[in-house]
Parts: sequence; C-alpha cells; structure tokens
Amino acid sequence: MFVEFLSLTDFRTYPQLDIALKPGVTVFVGSNGVGKTNIVEAIGYLASLSSHRVSNDAPLIRFDSPRSLVRARVDRGGRSISLELEITAGKANRARINRGAPVRARDILGHLRTVLFAPEDLALVKGDPSNRRRFLDELLASLVPHHAATRSDFERVLKQRNALLKSARASGRFTSAHESTLEVWDQHMAEAGAALLKARLELVDLLQPHLNAAYAALTDGSKQAAAVYRSTIHSQLSDDGEVENDGGAGLPPLASLSAAELAELYLAAFKQQRKREVERGISLVGPHRDELELMLGQAPAKGYASHGETWSLALALRLASYYVFCEDDPAPGAAPVLILDDVFAELDSQRRSKLAGIVASAEQVIVTAAVAEDIPEALSGEQFKVVPGGVASGQETV
Amino acid sequence: MYEGAVQELIDELGRLPGIGPKSAQRIAFHILDADPADMKRLVDAVTNVKERVKFCSICGNVSEQDTCNICRDPRRDPTAICVVEESKDVIAIERTRSFRGRYHVLGGAINPIGGVGPEQLRIKELLNRLSDKQIEEIIIATDPNLEGEATATYLARMLKAIGIPVSRLASGLPVGGDLEYADEVTLGRAFEGRRILT
Ligand SMILES: Nc1ncnc2c1ncn2[C@@H]1O[C@H](COP(=O)(O)OP(=O)(O)OP(=O)(O)O)[C@@H](O)[C@H]1O
Ligand SMILES: [Mg+2]
Ligand SMILES: [Zn+2]
Repeated sequence: MFVEFLSLTDFRTYPQLDIALKPGVTVFVGSNGVGKTNIVEAIGYLASLSSHRVSNDAPLIRFDSPRSLVRARVDRGGRSISLELEITAGKANRARINRGAPVRARDILGHLRTVLFAPEDLALVKGDPSNRRRFLDELLASLVPHHAATRSDFERVLKQRNALLKSARASGRFTSAHESTLEVWDQHMAEAGAALLKARLELVDLLQPHLNAAYAALTDGSKQAAAVYRSTIHSQLSDDGEVENDGGAGLPPLASLSAAELAELYLAAFKQQRKREVERGISLVGPHRDELELMLGQAPAKGYASHGETWSLALALRLASYYVFCEDDPAPGAAPVLILDDVFAELDSQRRSKLAGIVASAEQVIVTAAVAEDIPEALSGEQFKVVPGGVASGQETV
Repeated sequence: MYEGAVQELIDELGRLPGIGPKSAQRIAFHILDADPADMKRLVDAVTNVKERVKFCSICGNVSEQDTCNICRDPRRDPTAICVVEESKDVIAIERTRSFRGRYHVLGGAINPIGGVGPEQLRIKELLNRLSDKQIEEIIIATDPNLEGEATATYLARMLKAIGIPVSRLASGLPVGGDLEYADEVTLGRAFEGRRILT
C-alpha cells in the first residue's frame, strides 16, 4: 500500500500541511528540528494509534491548539481509502473512514500498515524487557486487532490482583478470606495471562526465521540472530526464597501447549510463589515479567553486542515485523509502508547500503535525513525540502 | 463562579454520576427558570426517596417496606434465585419477563482497586437464604466485565461446595445488530458461549 495524500492540521509544528506522495521512495530533508520526524510520526500514528516518541497524545497537538487532525488517503492495490483522525488531549480520539460517520479511533487500525525504523529502536536491544514486550504486543495488535483487547484484559486483571496483594500485605495478616479471594484472581489472571502468552509465543515463532534472515542480510552473516521467549511461568521458589527460573527443564516447550494448559501452569506457578507474592504485595509471575531475549550466536545481545551489532539487530527486528505483515496478508497492495526516520546517519556505509538495498523494493519507503548525502544512492526518488512550517515542493533525484 | 446559591446547586448537580460541569450548569439554569410547582415536586420526590425507601431485608433490592414486592409475591418461583450487582439490574431483568424466581442484590462486585472484597457484598445474606432447602438453582447475572466475572467465579466456587446448581448468563451479540459490526471482544465471547443446536 502507499500513502498518496497526507494532510496535517495543528499537528506538532504544522498549522496546516498538505502533501501528495507517490509510491516508491520519498525523502524528507531539512535541518535539525525543522519538523521532518513530525511528518512521519503522523503517518505512524494513523497506522498504530501510538507515537514512536511519546506515550501520551498531548505533545502531538500544536502548542495552544485544542486538537490535531491527521488525514490521509491510502492506496491499497488500486483502491483508495480515506482516513481521518482527530486527536484531542485527555479525551477519546475519533476517526472517520471514507468520510463516514465518526467512529472509535481503534476502528481505523488495520487500514494503514506501517513499519517504522527510528533511532529509538536501539532500546529494543539495549533497553529493559518492557521495550521488547511492547514491541511484541504492538505488533500483535496491528496484526490481529482483537489482541489489543487480549493485552488490556490482562492488564486489568493484573492491576486488580496487585491491588489485592497490596491490601493483604498492608493488613499485616494473610487470612483465609484473602486466600479465597486471591484464588479467584489467580484463575482470571491465569486465563488472561495464558491468552497473551500464547499469542506472543505464536508471534515469536513467526518472527524467528525472518529475524535471522534479516540479520544475515544486514551483516556479513557470520552470526546467527535469534529471539528466545523466556516466560516467568517456569519460575520456581528456591530454598532461600528467591525466585528462580529453570526455563522449564524437562517440560514440553511452551509453544506446543494450548491456552488451557498454559493457564494450568500459571495456576501451579502462583501456588509456588504464594508466600513470596504475599510478602512483596505484587504479582511476580505472568507475561508482564517475561523477557524476549535476543541472542547473537551464543551470547545474549544485551550486554555483549557491539554498537554496530546492536543497530543491525534492531533493524532486523523491524524488518522481521515487515516480513510477518507481508506473510500475514500477501494480497497485492497489502504490504506495509516502510518509514525510516533518521536511521542512515547512524549507520556505517556498509550497513547503509545493505539496508537501502533491502528496503528499496518495498511499495513505499519514506525516509527522513538532516543531510541528503546520508541517503544511499539505492534510495533515489522524490525529495522534499522541509522548511519551518511546511515543505518546499518535491524534486526528483536520480 | 456564580453567586452563592446558584454555584452551590451547580456543585451539587456536578457530583451526580454522568453529569459534567457543563450539564450541571445547564440543569441549574433550567431549575432557575422552571415553574416553582414543578421544582417543588422534584424536591419532594428526592426527600421521599431518602425518607421512605429502604432495602429489602431478604434480597437487598430497594423497597418501601421491610421486604420488596418481589419477595412478598407468592406467585414467584421459590426455587430459583438470580444474583445481581445492583437494584437497577433487577429492573432490567424484570423487563424481560423471562425470569419468575426471586433476586439477590449484592450491592456491587468484587473490586480490589475500589477496596471492595466479598465481605463488603451481601454474600453472607445469600448463604443464609440457601439454608432454605427449597432453593434448587442459582443464576448469576453479574455484569459481563472483569469485576462481574470475578464475582461470578467467587460465588460459583463457594456454591459448588454447597451443592446447588449454578448457572451464568451468556454474554453474546446484541439482538438487532449486524454481525459484521459487533466488536471483536463481543464476538469472541459469543463464540465461547455458543449453544449446541443439534
Ligand atoms: N506540539 C508542538 N507544537 C509546536 N512545536 C512542536 C510541538 N512538538 C514539537 N515541536 C517542535 O518540533 C521540533 C522538532 O521537530 P522534529 O522532531 O520533526 O524535527 P526533525 O526535523 O526530525 O529534526 P532532527 O533532524 O533533529 O531529527 C522541535 O523544535 C519542537 O520544538
Ligand atoms: Mg527527526
Ligand atoms: Zn426482596
């Protein structure tokens, strides 16, 4: 698919911006702080309802404006869809599809698909596990909109269960009444946790081959890249009361288990951890504490990979999600729009040209860079010069 | 800010559920303009409700007497109890005319974040009613959200030990809607609660 028209009203630095885009490569160049990322952030937001830079909506709305409007026309295999999103801070956003009646924002999910690469992606490899869990959960929700609910259902159960553990701890004595209420939340958390765990495990299986292939294509191929899902479902309580994870030695791999079987494992793990959870007043076992460990060869990437390897792995994760999208919907025109925000400046020339070679064949690639020289030759296309508050008209490069 | 009495009225109205500051202001000015006799009736209605209405000593439903109309009605099926969260749920189920038994109003749902545990609900009262050997079936009709489901689980576990059959209302698709417009969660739940036809 490709974005053929983008219109921003009171979004970040733009009072009003209207640009027509073409399939193939589009490059936005301009000095630091001029507003390049703001443009691609808007496109990404329309696809995922989240920004790659901020977790709340307020910064997206232009200073002193009550709301932002992001509109786009998207071509999907020759059919045009118009999407419109109204962003109001602190209130539910509203969307319109093909100029219809306003609907909930989440109803536009799935119409535009994007995969966005940005310097922030380094945190996927170097950051704490919550970055990788978010990566999986966001990808799940864009692949299967229903999984947005799988995750929010789990988060709600977790909050309730934590509230109960906390109040039990505060009361100073864990009574049989606490126990019987906690058993109810155990059951609901086991079910909600198993649904989320199962979905994540299936996704990791889909990502795995693409991750390794993309990493090989970005590097000289001397190291294997892998993602290993480490679940707290295998947590055991050691003799000195510490939580240990034996990785489920001797048990069948989690991916082969049904959601019901996973829920049973959670229930057993909750029982195991009861004393410790009550002492700490917090849930210690569940998908909220799981880790997607990234491996390069024998070593975990975190703490071992070099700066260049870290970059390659982060890019490979994003590429892998692009391939998973393509596999999920192989119809013509269904492939996501690729967005590369300021990544080339960070890469050495070899990785630059390899990445450019891989993404150049996508239906639409949108690139930002502070200086045009950072863009590899393989990515020639229309170039827009971004100036304060707008863009100067595009020009072709060869 | 308005002067004394007007602002006080706006503040009080704004405390009501579902009424924001704008609506509170609109209602306050409607009251200012309205016919005094109409407003007298409103004030009386509020006063009466607070003075006269109590909660049924058996089921917890709102009632003007010690026991409510439903608990006193000898034509109601004495073998079935439908457990709900609030009195307004009784009204909703009564409108369906599908249920001829009696009710039990819990007064909410288990909600640790809101500080509501089983002890804060009328669960002990429900157990007391079950010592009446006539009761053969309990239908749990708590809300189809997480807290309602958790309450249903709690009751089901407790009642299982007593040996009374327990059922749960199915949550499913809204009637009169189109399948394609049902959201994924509703559709997913409807699948889980499907019935066998043949
Ligand atoms: N809500 C807002 N209202 C007005 N201006 C904003 C808003 N949010 C961000 N800005 C301004 O936008 C600018 C940043 O824009 P952007 O991130 O798009 O720059 P960029 O062109 O990508 O720069 P770089 O090359 O450094 O990445 C900042 O100067 C910031 O002050
Ligand atoms: Mg930028
Ligand atoms: Zn009654």
